[in-house]
Amino acid sequence: MATTFVLNDKPITLDVDADMPLLWAVREAAGLHGTKFGCGMALCGACTVHLNGKPIRSCITPVSSVQGKEVRTIEGLSSKPGRAVQAAWIELQVPQCGYCQSGQIMSATALLEGTKSPTDADIDAAMSGNICRCATYQRIRAAIHRAAGLLDAPSAETPRAAGAGS
Amino acid sequence: MTVDALEPRSFSRRDVLKASGAGIAALMIGFTWIPKRTLAALGAGATAELVPNAFVRIGADESVTVIAKHLEMGQGCYTGLATILAEELDADWARVRVESAPADAKRYANLVFKTMQGTGGSSAMANSWQQLREAGASARALLITAAAKQWHVPISELRAERGVIYHESSQRQATFGSLVKVAAALPLPTQVALKDPRQFTLIGSRPPRVDVPAKCDGTAQFSLDVAMPDLLVALLARAPQFGATVVSFDAAAAQAVPGVVKVVQVPRGVAVLAKSFWAAKKGRDKLVIHWDDAHAEKRDSAQIMDEYRKLANEPATSARRTGDPARALQSAAKTLSATFEFPYLAHAPMEPLDCVVKLTAQRCDIWAGDQFQTIDQMNAAKTAGLEPAQVFINTLYAGGSFGRRANAFSDYIVEAVSIAKAYGADGTPIKLQWTREDDVRGGLYRPMYFHKLEAGLDAHRELTSWRHVIVGQSIMADTIMAAMIKDGIDPTSVEGAATIAYDIPHVSVDLATTKTGVPVLWWRVVGSSHTTFAVETFMDQVAHAAGKDPFEFRRKLLANEPRMKAVLELAAEKAGWSAAPLPKGKGRGIAVAEAFKTFVAQVVEVTIEESGRVKVDRVVCAVDCGVAINPDVITAQMEGGIGFGLGAVLWGNVTLEKGRVQQSNFNDYRVLRMNEMPKVEVYIVPSAEAPTGVGEPGVAPIGPALANAIFSATGKRVEVLPLARSGLA
Amino acid sequence: MKRPRLLLWSVTAIVIVCGAVAAYVVVGPGPMGFSGRTHVGLNEYSGPNPTGAPDELKSAALIAQGEYLARAADCMVCHTAKGGIPFAGGRPFVLPFGTIYSTNITPDTETGIGRYTDQDFLNAVQRGIARDGTRLYPAMPFASYTWMSDRDVLAIKAYVFSLTPVHAPAQANTLGFPFNQRYLMALWSAFFNPDKRFEPATDRSAAWNRGAYLVEALGHCGECHTPRNLGMALDNRRKFAGAVQAGWRAYNITPDRSAGIGEWSDAELAHYLSMGHTAGRGTASGPMGEAIDESLSHLTAGDISAMVTYLRTVPAHTSPDLPALRTQPASPSFADDRSRNLLGKAVYAGACVGCHGWSGISPSLSTATLTGTRAINDPKAMNVAQVIIGGGQRHAADSSIYMPDFGSYSDDEIASVANYVTERFGAQGSKLTARDIEKMRAAD
Repeated sequence: MATTFVLNDKPITLDVDADMPLLWAVREAAGLHGTKFGCGMALCGACTVHLNGKPIRSCITPVSSVQGKEVRTIEGLSSKPGRAVQAAWIELQVPQCGYCQSGQIMSATALLEGTKSPTDADIDAAMSGNICRCATYQRIRAAIHRAAGLLDAPSAETPRAAGAGS
Repeated sequence: MTVDALEPRSFSRRDVLKASGAGIAALMIGFTWIPKRTLAALGAGATAELVPNAFVRIGADESVTVIAKHLEMGQGCYTGLATILAEELDADWARVRVESAPADAKRYANLVFKTMQGTGGSSAMANSWQQLREAGASARALLITAAAKQWHVPISELRAERGVIYHESSQRQATFGSLVKVAAALPLPTQVALKDPRQFTLIGSRPPRVDVPAKCDGTAQFSLDVAMPDLLVALLARAPQFGATVVSFDAAAAQAVPGVVKVVQVPRGVAVLAKSFWAAKKGRDKLVIHWDDAHAEKRDSAQIMDEYRKLANEPATSARRTGDPARALQSAAKTLSATFEFPYLAHAPMEPLDCVVKLTAQRCDIWAGDQFQTIDQMNAAKTAGLEPAQVFINTLYAGGSFGRRANAFSDYIVEAVSIAKAYGADGTPIKLQWTREDDVRGGLYRPMYFHKLEAGLDAHRELTSWRHVIVGQSIMADTIMAAMIKDGIDPTSVEGAATIAYDIPHVSVDLATTKTGVPVLWWRVVGSSHTTFAVETFMDQVAHAAGKDPFEFRRKLLANEPRMKAVLELAAEKAGWSAAPLPKGKGRGIAVAEAFKTFVAQVVEVTIEESGRVKVDRVVCAVDCGVAINPDVITAQMEGGIGFGLGAVLWGNVTLEKGRVQQSNFNDYRVLRMNEMPKVEVYIVPSAEAPTGVGEPGVAPIGPALANAIFSATGKRVEVLPLARSGLA
Repeated sequence: MKRPRLLLWSVTAIVIVCGAVAAYVVVGPGPMGFSGRTHVGLNEYSGPNPTGAPDELKSAALIAQGEYLARAADCMVCHTAKGGIPFAGGRPFVLPFGTIYSTNITPDTETGIGRYTDQDFLNAVQRGIARDGTRLYPAMPFASYTWMSDRDVLAIKAYVFSLTPVHAPAQANTLGFPFNQRYLMALWSAFFNPDKRFEPATDRSAAWNRGAYLVEALGHCGECHTPRNLGMALDNRRKFAGAVQAGWRAYNITPDRSAGIGEWSDAELAHYLSMGHTAGRGTASGPMGEAIDESLSHLTAGDISAMVTYLRTVPAHTSPDLPALRTQPASPSFADDRSRNLLGKAVYAGACVGCHGWSGISPSLSTATLTGTRAINDPKAMNVAQVIIGGGQRHAADSSIYMPDFGSYSDDEIASVANYVTERFGAQGSKLTARDIEKMRAAD
């Protein structure tokens, strides 16, 4: 069965089982590996992508249910909030093993796309579904505040994600 | 000309080193290795490179590639190792990148493990410190000599700084890349001078981690991400009880799932190979397998603990005896005792175990976040019927490990190789994936332990005697590591207990080693994950019985341990520790530990809610790890170790019912989430001592400091972990 | 008045009142008493036989028919212990007066029913009398099964006798006095077991009669969904108005538009019964989930349709404590949250939002949608709490429905998050406490 949808701004048709979770369709059929598998049960958030702009857990979303919709993965992060999040993540050196971070960044981006200056309570609500076994939580929180600050900066320049070796 | 053993590594996406048409001379510094490729003439037009030793390549394009022999599993070792080498090399950090080393114990052994390549025991920095400093200094010496030769000036007039060699008086400069060809033709220096630490510019600063950008845009590659043409995904159905074996199985329904290619039986179970994860999973769900549990572990974990409890009262093997604790206890003015129960704990790294294997009759290629290369090479070779030299391991990032990927059985590697063998060893790439349920139920847990402690105070309320009995499984027994068991004592069972630094005249630590069918393994901070809890909560009890402040009481007992005393004092100072009572419902506790030669102390502040739940508000952490190679990484490792240890103390519990693990995923093996993370402050003791590791030590004190904080708020002692068992979490 | 006479009058008055109450209770309507139609004996009925196997199995062997009927009667679920051998008994029924265990109905001659004659079996199923004359407790719903035709009961007997005999002695019940006096069940039966076979209504459709037979005689739906009277028998004056069983709420399944299933279309109801879920209505969990899995999902489409036909005609009853369903989803943003239930929100944000979303409409799985479901719109939140504690899994033919269990969370956390979801997504928030959860777990 084929599902047609927009993936990172490009239309795509994937001929996979209708009940295959979007996570595996994106990873294996579309070849985008940035979105990770952590639990298969929407408990850890490593599989977070955006569906029509909202964060969802792709490991329990059947690919057929995204027919005609817009899916965005970490590879397609292009909004100002998204790039601010990535810049803040690098500036504050958030990742350790990095395996959960695609999901964290997608959730954080969705938070900032909807909320200009999230409070700590907002961060708790938006981010507690994303587990980090390396416990980088303190830095994630600080980086979200930093990204909000970057977005709020008087210069409208889009922050660029820079770092060693890039 | 064939490219040698350095196969393309998926995450570097570069071909193996190229050399200029003129060839590159081999360069050695005290290492008995000659890079084959540099001896050969490779195609014209390729970039020249300087390859002075096994640990660095410097390109004419200014790139500095550090070859890391350790696994980057989040602890930041790629960056740490590169920092050490780049410091002595005087490289430009912006040009530094890191590649994983191939599996080759001759070149890349962990010097702490002696003959094995592997990562663990928080030893990466410690064992690489001298080695990489020399490697970097040696390469720098070559480049300086090359410049000196080029400019006809004495070496002493040259200096290197951030990838450039300078001759001040003639105002000449040359980049590393421009000197590579000349340097490559020079003989290796026999002696190198290392920097005076006061000259460090990278070490002690915060060079940004080399792996962070790729981990922020989805390009960092983990084993799960390896993709190749014709790759098959394999899921293995394993025994529901440890030690059960397959009697028979019916694969008809599994094979009928579209996408399933083959079902094979291997020693560890029955594997379904398919074109996609989803097909493999659906196929595995449809397998019908009959298991024989005759030799399986069939007890409840509660039964096992009952047996441990009894064993604690029977004679055990001595791990330490100082003075005569039995007699001292008898004549003590006041005695007290306590027992502690510790559960099985799962590592549960974010990335469940996985690897890719490509097996033919001549060679076995593995892609994995490999933590134990030499052992894995050996076990893979044995399984495949090859020599270890025919096994090639491409080490990728690991999505966490906490020790799980370093096991003497190479469990997941052997599974994958055995599946590839059963499939036909025809070179088809096979990706073995564990699900989260496989991970939580897959064994190799931190063992269960039972502890019993007794202490005696004399008439002056001084601690005179200390008896500690530990009951639990040996991690090393019945593995190739068994040689490390001396006089019946597995050091990992008693570290943190037999090694306590407190000045107590009479101390005994005894160990009763048990056997169960549950496979066990080192878990982050290993023995100290339970011994430090027992020692530090009991020490708190003793202080209380002596009518002394817990901080002051410890401090006095550490009078002869300056480094340990210093971290304790620093943590107390930064936490504002005082003897003054706290407001109702608030608590504060302290704990100090040494693990892998690093000293850590933590103060925990809690609020006890009306319901009795504990809320951890703040953790103040002081750490002494010798030279702080990268203070930011050290801070991150303390934060991470605290979060990791906290989750375990609050909820970590793998239980068995009739031998079956009752937990399966993050719903019932609960781990810390964002809204449960306390505020953490980290203070690093400035030190010039040789650097020691930070990946694990942060985990040791958090549990006892928390338990002590709970006592200070409620008057109740924690004797059973996890806290959830007492309604505190 | 003199004291002895006063006493006499008082006692007389009390006896009369008690007698009236007793009469009221005992002389209650039967399960089809509402229909107000002419019911005749099966032999006199000229329409198609509403009993027996469905048309699809009419020419099947007796054992196959018996297997279908046993499914419809759901014998296996009660007569099987958790993880135990089917039909070998051992399932506990925790009642207010103690725990009783189901018995082994495999044909084992020593510990099962291997020695039962046809009449023995009929006596057990229709009259609640065991082979040795002891009385069965009405946990065995013989007052419903009594409506089954002899032929159907014996078809079921043929089926269970075809099973492999299993040696499994009955577990001892833990009832206290006087409930352990089984002979009292004779009294109970006298009052509350009509001991009649099914009587079809002459002027109802064939589908209605078939549905009535399936619902009343086989499915015994009233045993869970009809509240009990003082004698612990079904109070058919409030037939299908809902009741609590083993810590779960069996909801109002009358056509009431607010508290019952009056708003459900026939298709929705049929889908729910055969699949265990219906979009926008909910998913069957707990004992009803079991009933779907092991019984209802195995019935033919025709039989399900007949049951729906019958259910539509029972009188509507309200459930005063149930607010009208709230169909309006909550805000899709966590920020729009006036709840002061910080713990509930924290638990939800961590463990639940991934599947269930912030608005109550799941962005990923229609079966995870909470908005509009009965359980979420129940301020007693019993079922919500049970599902959180125990999880749930339906083996529906059209989808795999699975919710992990969160029993490892504390009583406080479970109560808080149940209160949070009923408040955020339902019509009225619940007020469960940690103690409520503790009691629920103890009873499980």
